[in-house]
Amino acid sequence: MSAVADTHNQEHHHGPAKGISRWLLTTNHKDIGSMYLIFSFAMFLLGGSMAMVIRAELFQPGLQIVQPEFFNQMTTMHGLIMVFGAVMPAFVGLANWMLPLMIGAPDMALPRMNNWSFWLLPCAFLILVSTLFMEGGAPNFGWTFYAPLSTTYGPPSTTFFIFAIHIMGVSSIMGAINVIATILNLRAPGMTLMKMPLFVWTWLITAFLLIAVMPVLAGAVTMMLMDINFGTSFFDASGGGDPVLFQHVFWFFGHPEVYIMILPAFGAISHIVPAFSRKPLFGYPSMVYATGAIALLSFLVWAHHMFTVGIPLAGQLFFMYATLLIAVPTGVKVFNWVTTMFRGSLSFEAPMLFAVAFIILFSIGGFSGLMLAIAPADFQYHDTYFVVAHFHYVLVPGAIFGIFASAYFWLPKWTGNMYDETLAKTHFWLSFVGMNLAFFPMHFLGLAGMPRRIPDYALQFADFNMVSSIGAFMFGVTQLLFLFIVVKCARGGEKAPAKPWDGAEGLEWTVPSPAPYHTFTTPPEVK
Amino acid sequence: MRVHAKRALALVTGLLLPAVVMADWTMNMTPGVTGTSNQIFSLHMTILWICVAIGVVVFGVMFWSIFAHRKSQGYKAANFHENTLVEVLWTAIPFAILVAMAVPATATLIEMYDTTESEVDIKITGYQWRWQYEYINDDFGYFSSLSTPRDQIENRQAKGENYLLEVDKPLVIPVGKKVRFLLTANDVIHSWWVPEFGVKKDAIPGFINETWTRVDEPGIYRGQCTELCGKDHGFMPVVVEAVPEEEYAAWVAEQKEAAEAERQLTQKDWTLDELIERGEKAYASACASCHQPNGAGMPPAFPALKGSPIATGDMAAHIDIVVNGVSGTAMQAFGGQLSEVDLAAVITYERNAWGNNTGEMVTPKEIFDFKNKE
Ligand code: HEM
Ligand SMILES: [Cu+2]
Repeated sequence: MSAVADTHNQEHHHGPAKGISRWLLTTNHKDIGSMYLIFSFAMFLLGGSMAMVIRAELFQPGLQIVQPEFFNQMTTMHGLIMVFGAVMPAFVGLANWMLPLMIGAPDMALPRMNNWSFWLLPCAFLILVSTLFMEGGAPNFGWTFYAPLSTTYGPPSTTFFIFAIHIMGVSSIMGAINVIATILNLRAPGMTLMKMPLFVWTWLITAFLLIAVMPVLAGAVTMMLMDINFGTSFFDASGGGDPVLFQHVFWFFGHPEVYIMILPAFGAISHIVPAFSRKPLFGYPSMVYATGAIALLSFLVWAHHMFTVGIPLAGQLFFMYATLLIAVPTGVKVFNWVTTMFRGSLSFEAPMLFAVAFIILFSIGGFSGLMLAIAPADFQYHDTYFVVAHFHYVLVPGAIFGIFASAYFWLPKWTGNMYDETLAKTHFWLSFVGMNLAFFPMHFLGLAGMPRRIPDYALQFADFNMVSSIGAFMFGVTQLLFLFIVVKCARGGEKAPAKPWDGAEGLEWTVPSPAPYHTFTTPPEVK
Repeated sequence: MRVHAKRALALVTGLLLPAVVMADWTMNMTPGVTGTSNQIFSLHMTILWICVAIGVVVFGVMFWSIFAHRKSQGYKAANFHENTLVEVLWTAIPFAILVAMAVPATATLIEMYDTTESEVDIKITGYQWRWQYEYINDDFGYFSSLSTPRDQIENRQAKGENYLLEVDKPLVIPVGKKVRFLLTANDVIHSWWVPEFGVKKDAIPGFINETWTRVDEPGIYRGQCTELCGKDHGFMPVVVEAVPEEEYAAWVAEQKEAAEAERQLTQKDWTLDELIERGEKAYASACASCHQPNGAGMPPAFPALKGSPIATGDMAAHIDIVVNGVSGTAMQAFGGQLSEVDLAAVITYERNAWGNNTGEMVTPKEIFDFKNKE
């Protein structure tokens, strides 16, 4: 059939257009959600292969595989791609798919902008990844790109990196506006704010965080751009500028950013745990308030990343207290999940396995966060592998396991087929073992004194590094299994009913599986 | 599993052998050798045990549910979903624990910030990629760079005991005295860390940070730069030698004398060969990490000197670039870092090494005049 006829078809809203134009021009939240998820997984593999390079070099002492310059490019690109390419787009993908289904809306509120905010992303990452092939190499100053290493001393490709960050920021802000507009305007009649599913709540709060801090990041990179290309001295001490200012601005973005990467996972886990415990979520209102409290406090703790830069004592104390405080609402969330499980009727399908691992391992990351919050102790931990262990414990079993749990939970709804449970459990156990083998020893390395971001290390660190590398390879290879499971599920399998999980609640389970191309064209009634 | 993996791999590569022999399985922080480091260690252990205790309770409840409340064993779910009392309790109790934790942390922090009444002051400047130590009360100073041979790093030679944690000239401090460090940097941000002192502080261009230590046991203490500072970030260790007071005083006197002798050298009449010989050493410690030992550089960031227009062309331009640097690039102003003798030697070396056989030389006096003319 010709393309002309296809477009015609679409105008009559019988279903998706055929061919490439379906994906390029689509305004359908399900198509866009799928594209986000696929893009994010591709970036996960790319960022992951860079991690493999890092772990291969660190497998034993000495320089074997790469030179220090390239090693620094790998750590930088790995961090940037995982944060901006894998984790954030995955959550936007989940939001696109699930928010309209959860609140009974026909689509996102701003569908054309939705299309645009997705398609900006591949452009941004094309630019970012292309810097690897430029003269002088890719950015090599860490994902935190501290000035003046990234300005006066940065490679020529830094300007492209700045451009890429700008485009990602625009995409994120548009995505966030869309989420807020959808949630505030398109809820089904009867769905008051305090009846909203938790994934909707956490995404609403995340979207506000995004709108608040992405412009700050844009400001930081714009000042860098000026310093590099137009002779200003925002961050250049020899021109009267202030390198520490960079860190304040960066972390004012950076700390809320880490919550941007975890709050939507909190939401998803709050659906999955009750579903497989066959028991309502414990403490719904306190979950909502805790999320709000975390979001507000996240603006007041940024300098806990800067305890060693020499901020005055009073500042140091303030940021220590505020950081300790943020552990309270975080604790409340964990206690609520555990109490939800308590005296439930538990079963352990793949989503639940990932969710339970999420709770345990994320808590371990929270504990190390608490330790890092003690400012005097942070003088010993800061910029060592202990910090690397901390943020990988909150991001891998936190954000990434949260995404896997969500994917398995909603795959039947997306594809209409059940995934292969045995393979999914295998995926879980291999990921679980690999991840702990990779990241737990990093605590020991950091405490024993190994700095982060080094391509080679003293001999006393050799053993744990080797263990860590083996775990990392195991975790890395296992993710190909996930790809296989999803492809297999999309192509066929046991047919899924509208509600494949007997304990699940919510509007998304009232539509058939797979969810039709258009859902809730007339809003459902929520009692 | 770990042991087997370790053994199998040890068989595969002989280069691994020294690593396996040397390595240990240290898992915890060092209590260190100073009051500060001991206080930090006890804070660390306290908060660790608090976390373990909370973890045991929370995960205990969770595992109890996982074993006892299974659908497969026919367990019927309860239906409760709120309880104000427990919710208040599990907000209030953690809060109280945190307050209890914040008290000793605050006390330690106040002490760490008290840099008054120091007996020795040392200025530490971070450079890409070495440290400069200046004894500001005694008017001498020197650079301290990695001394591990390239061959060990590139696996052509067995790795030594202090692989990557050894330097040509360590910082020397007296035991039992309060030593104040004034930290800054010349190029990018570095961070000076000695775990056994519990001292870590960033060295930031344009800022002077203060910190202090008092070491009671003589010994050699090793640390590293902990802020990413470019390609050789992993190769700029910190080594501190704490020595008894008399030994320290003798050492200071010796250093002052040597510094004076060095100043005298400027007046001496140098030959081309003497300058080249000295220049080769100075080049290796100050220039080779970027421009490479063979002068080939690493374009585009670090240009080649071999056959370069600067190193074979106009002498004045060559002196200018070495003394004043090129702003906005990684090429630093070495005028303040190297003595006149070393500047003259390095420039002469660059103009005559790797086939740049210009046969030209510049004397320390000429460098002195050049600097004063500016
Ligand atoms: C109880 C909650 C938490 C506390 C008290 C906490 C505390 C801290 C502290 C003090 C640091 C700075 C350590 C240093 O550089 O010396 C840090 C680093 C970090 N945290 Fe957390 N954290 C918490 C939760 C999280 C969560 C939920 C995430 C993300 C999902 C996260 C991600 C990170 C990242 C990415 C870094 C390191 C950034 C870098 O330097 O590259 N943290 N955390
Ligand atoms: Cu933070």
